[in-house]
Amino acid sequence: MNRDFIISSVKWGVNPKGYYGDFGGAYIPEMLYPNVEQLRQQYLDIIYEQGFQEEFHMLLKDYVGRPSPLFHAERLSAKYGTTIYLKREDLNHTGAHKINNTVGQILLAERLGKKRIIAETGAGQHGVATATVCALKGLECIIYMGEVDIERQAPNVARMKMMGAKVVPAVSGSKTLKDATNEAMRDWINNPIDTHYIIGSVVGPHPYPDMVARFQSVISEETKKQLLEKTGSENPDIVMACVGGGSNAMGMFYHFLDDQDVRLIAVEAAGLGVYSGESAATTILGKEGVLHGSRSILMQNDDGQVIEPYSISAGLDYPGIGPQHAHLFKQNRAEYVSITDDEAMQAGRLCSELEGIIPAIETAHALAYLEKMIFTGKESVVICLSGRGDKDLDTYMNYFNL
Amino acid sequence: MNRLNELFQNKKEPLLSIYFTAGYPDLNSTLDIAEAIEKAGADFMEIGFPYSDPLADGPVIQNSSQKALQNGMNLKILFEQLKELRKRVSIPVLLMGYVNPVLQYGVKNFCDSCAAVGVDGVIVPDLPMVEYEELYKDNFISNNISNIFLVTPQTSEERIRKIDDLSNGFIYLLSSSSTTGKNLTVSNEADAYFSRIREMNLKNPTMIGFGISDQKSFNKAAEYTRGAIVGSAFVKFLDTENALQRIPEFIKSIRP
Repeated sequence: MNRDFIISSVKWGVNPKGYYGDFGGAYIPEMLYPNVEQLRQQYLDIIYEQGFQEEFHMLLKDYVGRPSPLFHAERLSAKYGTTIYLKREDLNHTGAHKINNTVGQILLAERLGKKRIIAETGAGQHGVATATVCALKGLECIIYMGEVDIERQAPNVARMKMMGAKVVPAVSGSKTLKDATNEAMRDWINNPIDTHYIIGSVVGPHPYPDMVARFQSVISEETKKQLLEKTGSENPDIVMACVGGGSNAMGMFYHFLDDQDVRLIAVEAAGLGVYSGESAATTILGKEGVLHGSRSILMQNDDGQVIEPYSISAGLDYPGIGPQHAHLFKQNRAEYVSITDDEAMQAGRLCSELEGIIPAIETAHALAYLEKMIFTGKESVVICLSGRGDKDLDTYMNYFNL
Repeated sequence: MNRLNELFQNKKEPLLSIYFTAGYPDLNSTLDIAEAIEKAGADFMEIGFPYSDPLADGPVIQNSSQKALQNGMNLKILFEQLKELRKRVSIPVLLMGYVNPVLQYGVKNFCDSCAAVGVDGVIVPDLPMVEYEELYKDNFISNNISNIFLVTPQTSEERIRKIDDLSNGFIYLLSSSSTTGKNLTVSNEADAYFSRIREMNLKNPTMIGFGISDQKSFNKAAEYTRGAIVGSAFVKFLDTENALQRIPEFIKSIRP
């Protein structure tokens, strides 16, 4: 990564006003303005400073374990009749792509002189990744997590506590990810001086979506190099990833955005079925609006009240998508499709049996879309294997009566 | 010139404004409460329209918003209720809420509806200044609606000047950077902040809100500004027995 990437995609990147086409901006109350404005003014200078880049890449290599392998999944390839590669973010320290962003943001927080870190989490992956880097740097860590999620993700709660983080239940609203995000923002309002908020996805007010995308862009940066080595071409035909808020997808798409020949496919969670009333298929069910500080596409009623999403996967259980995704969707640069709970669970099992890799249920949504595609046999497909399924074993066990 | 501008121009004593959430405690209590607030002697009021994700609010107003939504409140119903507003209430009335319901209603429609029912001003804390200026200001001005901006102790002087330029009612000073419902911290820092704002000689009057809950905090606010806004303390009070009849009692506890 170097400073050239600041303008790597004029067409698909954020503009100087903080927008991606019609989406983005910073819809925040005045109480958050000084902190968000400080970030906006300084984030590029800080993250492209040489010392930052050196420490960031050292930690990604020696602490996270990057580069993550690009694995040619032969048995999956044989089953679907084409060439399939898995980008193994599940092999990162803490088991998912989330840590790419938290390593970057903790270094940023340090340079801003912040002493206290807050974050929201749904399934707990981002909470764990945040608690991890706070332990690494010796910073106070407070994680907001919906009361409902605390109950259903007990192992991740324990991991955060092991690393010294304080886990605060969000008891407002539906007591899940959306409400944990509200609570984290309220904390930031009440602690305007010493606190940095590590948002876990490409959502929130500008510059968060851009900043998180840049930290996650290491996924596609590595993929290009790895593909070149393996195939002689740095571009595949198709790139696929699951989307909740959209951070692994944005990292996976980032360096392919300007390569118009590369098909980008983002897979949302359809829950019990897109129109079942229990779904998180935001691009189909949503409308343009503002949530958590940016203008994007979100699930809402006619009065602009946010509708609770549903997915078997806690990480995709979010009523919006990041503003850059909304832009890619509206401009048809990426295809947004959806997969039900059942389809995802079957794909998770299939990947486990064929490749010996148990994927997170989030990731299984991306894998499930392979079933719906028709291949000529000549395509190369890269799927972001965003996380491992250890955290989901209870759900798999219950679903398959294991 | 709207009712709000006239009030600030004509009344010299410290002003008291009361916030409550439309549709709480009951869907149809909005106008009864508004009328009682005026009769009890408040100078103006803010009627909150509820939102599912009120991230600048503490537990009391979160709860009232959630309850109001459960009661079925939305902007369409609120504007229906407010058709009777000016038959029952003569003091200035502001609407306060989050931007997403306003965007779905349509900003222009929203301003038109405000003007049609006699609303004088609007507070939308998460509507950014730049979007207001570039996209929506004309809708507010042509309808004679005051858009009220917030200022916190961390707001820079340059930004306060810009807010002052864009404002045409009053400027809403937050007692500290906080969500609603905390107590006003009377500290040297707060004094320095209020003094600093006073010495800026802004063209708009200022009011202090967030954390005003009793006579002491009201008086403190009135020392530095034109008065204060009471929200959470009043919404909490509405939860007590016979609250509607006892609103004068509440107002007296703030400003005897």
